[in-house]
Amino acid sequence: MLRSSLIKVLNGAKVSPKHVCVTFRAASDVAKKPEKIEVFIDDQPVLVDPGTTVLQAAAQVGVEIPRFCYHERLAVAGNCRMCLVEVEKSPKPVAACAMPVMKGWRIKTNSDMTKKAREGVMEFLLVNHPLDCPICDQGGECDLQDQSMAFGSDRSRFTDIQFSGKRAVEDKDLGPLIKTVMTRCIHCTRCIRFASEVAGIDDLGTTGRGSDMQIGTYVEKFFMSELSGNVIDLCPVGALTSKPYSFTARPWEIRKIDSIDVFDAVGSNIVVSTRTNEVLRILPRVNEEINEEWLADKSRFAYDGLKRQRLITPMLRDNKNELTPVDWEAVLLTVCKVLQQAGPNVAAIAGGMADAETLVAVKDLLNRLGSELTCTEHVFPMDGSGTDLRSSYLLNNKISGAEEADAILLIGTNPRFEAPLLNSRLRKTYLHNEAQIAVIGPKVDLTYEYEHLGNNATAICNVLNDNCPFSSTLKNAKKPLIIVGADLLKRADGAAILSLVQSIAAQTCNKVEGWKVLNILHKVASQVAALDIGYTPGVSKIREAKPKALILIGADEGAINKEDLPEDCFIIYQGHHGDLGACMADAVLPGAAYTEKQATYVNTEGRAQQTLVAVSPPGLAKEDWKIIRALSEIVGHKLPYDNLNEIRDRLDEVAPHLTRYGEVEGANYFKQAAQLLQEDEEKTLDDSPIDLKIKELQDYFMTDSISRASPTMAKCVQAVLKQKESKY
Amino acid sequence: MLNPLKCFGKYLGRYAGIRSLHSSSPLSHDSLFVHRDSPEDNPDTIFEFTPENQKRVDSILAIYPEGHKRAAMIPLLDLAQRQYGWLPLSAMHKVAEILKLPRMRVYEVATFYTMFMRKPTGKFHVQVCTTTPCWLRGSDEVLEACKKNLGIGVGETSKDMMFTISEVECLGACVNAPMIQINDDYYEDLTVDDTNEILNDLKACKKPRAGPRSGRFAAEPLGEPTSLKGDPPGPGFGVRADL
Repeated sequence: MLRSSLIKVLNGAKVSPKHVCVTFRAASDVAKKPEKIEVFIDDQPVLVDPGTTVLQAAAQVGVEIPRFCYHERLAVAGNCRMCLVEVEKSPKPVAACAMPVMKGWRIKTNSDMTKKAREGVMEFLLVNHPLDCPICDQGGECDLQDQSMAFGSDRSRFTDIQFSGKRAVEDKDLGPLIKTVMTRCIHCTRCIRFASEVAGIDDLGTTGRGSDMQIGTYVEKFFMSELSGNVIDLCPVGALTSKPYSFTARPWEIRKIDSIDVFDAVGSNIVVSTRTNEVLRILPRVNEEINEEWLADKSRFAYDGLKRQRLITPMLRDNKNELTPVDWEAVLLTVCKVLQQAGPNVAAIAGGMADAETLVAVKDLLNRLGSELTCTEHVFPMDGSGTDLRSSYLLNNKISGAEEADAILLIGTNPRFEAPLLNSRLRKTYLHNEAQIAVIGPKVDLTYEYEHLGNNATAICNVLNDNCPFSSTLKNAKKPLIIVGADLLKRADGAAILSLVQSIAAQTCNKVEGWKVLNILHKVASQVAALDIGYTPGVSKIREAKPKALILIGADEGAINKEDLPEDCFIIYQGHHGDLGACMADAVLPGAAYTEKQATYVNTEGRAQQTLVAVSPPGLAKEDWKIIRALSEIVGHKLPYDNLNEIRDRLDEVAPHLTRYGEVEGANYFKQAAQLLQEDEEKTLDDSPIDLKIKELQDYFMTDSISRASPTMAKCVQAVLKQKESKY
Repeated sequence: MLNPLKCFGKYLGRYAGIRSLHSSSPLSHDSLFVHRDSPEDNPDTIFEFTPENQKRVDSILAIYPEGHKRAAMIPLLDLAQRQYGWLPLSAMHKVAEILKLPRMRVYEVATFYTMFMRKPTGKFHVQVCTTTPCWLRGSDEVLEACKKNLGIGVGETSKDMMFTISEVECLGACVNAPMIQINDDYYEDLTVDDTNEILNDLKACKKPRAGPRSGRFAAEPLGEPTSLKGDPPGPGFGVRADL
């Protein structure tokens, strides 16, 4: 387990002069950088910083040393011994992962001694490892398999096991996501270290000793974390494998398509594995700026929702008030007639998974029909500069920037479940950076300690008016960070709260160039792109306008219902799942999910990224922007783009950053945004308690149309509820 | 059930050149390293430190500096075991609560050390050493005597919860072999009669005398000393005359 630092123990969560002095000392240490030292890896000279391990030094010249327990994002354990290498003049081989290099060392990663050491370690590891590769899900992507081929011996001297059998360990029940075959475990302890360091759930550990040692939870307990799926990737053998993916496919049979996750606003990079036009699994892709190499459970396991509850054919409501399947021609003609009759009295609501291409196509179409009523489902205050200045709705300091912060104030957000990978960064800065964290909002478990400042708007005022000790921490901090949940700004007094927060951000002295204090954390993938394109956040305008036709672009959160609309309003639902939106629709246009289209999404930092086509849309479903384009032609306002490149050109016209994939287009004008908001008339604060939609783990799994259709996610919810009843 | 399977395996092996199925169990520890709820041991088992032990807890914690309190884990677990007789799950939970640690960290320690008894153990824990020196000096007979006298096997506890027999590895008293440890006391240089006497005394609630039974005081040779018999030589002994 991680030891909490002495300062944290001595001071609790409070800041004392002692703390300040330590941070300053650390800062001055950085100033005088020690000299680099020269070592030789297989006679290749390399200059490294003091404290670099042999393994890291070897990596710098491109020599990869085999390893099982070592992982660059976890603490060094040094217990698998696979990384033994020879160091000249050292009588014994050294463990490369844990040994810091000394000046002039000559490291031999390919000498006879090294080879013999590796062979020996491999022989020991295989004494008790079952030879069940043919029925093991890790087969083909197993570190043990690969390394025993590369470094192992072709035979073993351990004949005992032919008489006594191999070690057998009982399997553990870690929940509906992780399948365990503990006999295969080689005790690298990566899963334990991940659970303890990154996930912050200290439920895994080693029990027993010697050859009876086993990894597990000791008592019957699920490994319940929003990041639990990552231990599957970490496990170098087949001990922890994916339960939903078990016995599905071999890695060499599947196609891998790089894509982007849309279950939260983080925009994690993923690899979609497919075979025969079916998504088989989703794995994370390394992106140091966003998700490092982790992935949240919903993003990883909700893919089975893509096969259920899908809209596969266009539908129209018949005279029995039932949705009946029709062909594209019929539905497009009907919708066209409705739109022509409605004229400018038409509105659109964008849901949480709408892509930028569709958003811009819908907006263009509506504008051509004479309507400006393009809204997003999720509310954001429109007072002051509203969404004109991007700085007031972005996570300005970037996700990776959270790692450097030393004082963090979270207002009305639960990053653990709204953006699990941002939360893992916050936990990292809490652990390694001695960051002071405070929360305004409901008390929730964030996997790290924080100071709870209150649960209402008054607490925000207190921070502003120096009425609580944390305000001085925030003001004196070198790199302060304020993260505001988009949910909080949905309230009626959202603008007033935003104004308060902007004032706090303005008060903090900005010592570091390019450091941005104010950050908004969105919950859905489409919101930033929609605001960039010029959608109006919130549907109140639509309620007032009483449109004759309403287009829902995957809007399933029930922001508007039939009672809010005039009786003759014709509702057109375009999306991929038969959820709330499709239920109230008069016409259904089946669209493609994020794995089925090449589409642009902008994450909460303002970083445009694109998904790629992994599978084709089911049934008669089509790519979303193409449906709108076809519709526009029939309506008589033909949109001027016929292919992806042309609509991307149109995106580029609207906002050039939307097509600069992978890059963050930073925002600015913080001061002006704050001024504009304050110039507005005094707003009253509502002092009712701040509420969050997702407070606990069981709320996390099913939040959108895909995850609501996913049986795996349903099992997760059940498992969490069952765990809650358990005494452990 | 395994026998027909084994025969079948051998048959296969003989005629098809396939390795036969083995049915011998591999050597492993006699206690489980996962928790199973039982009537005696479940999370609802009540465990609280007694007021006297609570004072001991405080003084144990006081030894360790701030930030290193988790080092008190083994002493606290030992204290809990001494109080309860063995270490139920709820005692581990209590220790985790005192040290403000995740429970798993306590489970890890409690399962690692074989001297933490995680299942109900008798008032007298008879630990018979059967490692080579004791075995050569007749530990088999001593163990047999224990089993016969108490009517229980190795790893079992008598019904009245008075005795548990364990077979243990070297306890570091080889010079006084064979020996048994009962709770904190060593009984050494044993014969079968000595063993029976000790156990009968315990049954009669008498405390048998600890230490060697052969009349030796400690680890000196049996009978006469064989070396260092004369007076210790004074300063200058064995030094060259010209120095």
